[in-house]
Amino acid sequence: MQLRKLLLLICLLFHNNLYAELTIRITQGVGKQTPVAIVPFGLGDDMSELGVDIADIISNDLKRSGRFSLTPIENMLQKPTTGAGIDFDDWSILGIEAVVVGRIIKMKEGSFNIQFQLFDIFKGEQIVGYRMPANEKTLRRSAHRIADMIYKELTGIRGVFDTKVAYVKTNVSLNETKYSLIVADSDGENEQIVVTSNDPIMSPAWSPDSRQIAYVSFEGDASSIFLQTLRTGNRRKISDRPGINGSPAFSPDGRKLVLTLGGVDGNLDIYILDVATRSLKRMTYNRSIDTEATWSPNGNEIYFTSDRGGAPQIYKIALNSDKAERVTFQGNYNARPRLSPDGKKLALVHLYRGDYRIAIYDIAKKDLLVLSSGMQDESPSFAPNSDTLIYATKMRGNGVLETVTADGLVRQRVASKLGDIREPVWSPFLKL
Amino acid sequence: MERVKFGLIGFLVLVLAGCATPGSMSSNSDSGSSMDGSVVDDAAATYEMGMDGSNNLEAMSDDSMSQDLETIIYFDFDRSELRAEYDTLISSHASNMNANTLLTVRLEGHADERGSREYNIGLGERRAQAVRRMLLLNGVAPAQITTVSFGEERPNSYGSDESSYTQNRRVELVIN
Repeated sequence: MQLRKLLLLICLLFHNNLYAELTIRITQGVGKQTPVAIVPFGLGDDMSELGVDIADIISNDLKRSGRFSLTPIENMLQKPTTGAGIDFDDWSILGIEAVVVGRIIKMKEGSFNIQFQLFDIFKGEQIVGYRMPANEKTLRRSAHRIADMIYKELTGIRGVFDTKVAYVKTNVSLNETKYSLIVADSDGENEQIVVTSNDPIMSPAWSPDSRQIAYVSFEGDASSIFLQTLRTGNRRKISDRPGINGSPAFSPDGRKLVLTLGGVDGNLDIYILDVATRSLKRMTYNRSIDTEATWSPNGNEIYFTSDRGGAPQIYKIALNSDKAERVTFQGNYNARPRLSPDGKKLALVHLYRGDYRIAIYDIAKKDLLVLSSGMQDESPSFAPNSDTLIYATKMRGNGVLETVTADGLVRQRVASKLGDIREPVWSPFLKL
Repeated sequence: MERVKFGLIGFLVLVLAGCATPGSMSSNSDSGSSMDGSVVDDAAATYEMGMDGSNNLEAMSDDSMSQDLETIIYFDFDRSELRAEYDTLISSHASNMNANTLLTVRLEGHADERGSREYNIGLGERRAQAVRRMLLLNGVAPAQITTVSFGEERPNSYGSDESSYTQNRRVELVIN
């Protein structure tokens, strides 16, 4: 233990030259997938290549959602780049329901204008069309934003392609384990290391403005909670009381953190920490394990795990109350609740016939739906549109990520080539 | 020198065992853990050596003694109660710490990988606290003890099977 002295590398979240290591494959799809075609975008006359294939990124985003089937480029009978060039018969004969065409025009060196149009092939008319400025650094993000707009038009649900996911990765070698906190685009590209340590890192949580991540670090052989600003890499310790400092989660206004403190006697209870004033308010006084708290979207309630009844179940407590109320009653193990951003559902870890699975608990209907199929699935996190969750599962002993739609119909794996991945947390919607 | 140390420790363990609950030494036979058995084996094997040896007892520091005692305590699935077989070991550690109040111990609690991570931090802490309470009962000063729970974050064994789980449900005593 003495030899495991802290070796901490802080990497700024700033153009790290890291290669993406995540690839995604769909493991379970819906019956009905809308056939769409994303025609390769045209480039201005003075442009040879862009380095980023906008149409390919959009296609992969839509394909990953499991709700669309994408027409292969080689099957396209024409490759128009503007709406005027579309021959609707050429597409309807292939059974395509919607087509996206677009062009990229260079404004000046490194500065572009991306225009795209989405067409309804049956009606023969434009559904939506936009022109957006971009530079070399924002091209990939612009493609995700276009995919979000297309997704919204075709499904009625706000897309989450232009979002990020944070997760913890470990690399185990002969005599040491490296723990890294990583942030990547929602498609797994653009992996960037937030912090690396020889001591465990766990429980990352996004601030509501997506600018900061709170997490637990065991550097110095004690747990403490850090707040790190992604853009600058600046990190500060905000809780290092004796015993356990764990399970941070931001309030919806970003001013407070709910967290778990254990104290010298190791009695885990829920506290609320005011980030600016550092004042602390104790929420639970139970002798059992109370932990894994999360805020309701209106900020008035906290949901948490407690084994005060003998086994872990989900409880909730109003901020102005000292009385917790039990929420879940299905089975012997329900833990790590996370509320959907619309406040209607809880994602949690549920023990189902001996396996730890991801389940969704409908708060109004009081019913529980098991969504995953692994043996040790954990750490569910809702996408900001409440429609999809990401969680960690095991594949051949290594942690990998999967996403599943909240209705359980579309499940897909986000697999990493290297390392053991866990504790994914989906970011809020990003500011433009 | 190494044999000498073992001899003395073995002797101490036996003496202390005599003071502790009768029968606690034999309660390990039904356990699946490999570590608890070895304490007794060492003690039995080295008892005679200790008696036979004409060794220089002053050469043994408290430090080296505490390092030679077993420092990992294992737990049953979903339990934080100490098995009776560890009474002797813990009272031996307590004696060392009482004899040298400059010694401190960090109790590192661990859980197996099943279930959610922060809840497992709680389970690991419960185990560390069980050892802490036993040390306090044996007279160790609260200031000599700190606890930390690593939950499932720092496993001894990386497998996803019962034998790995058994090795991972533990408290490690780190003595400084």
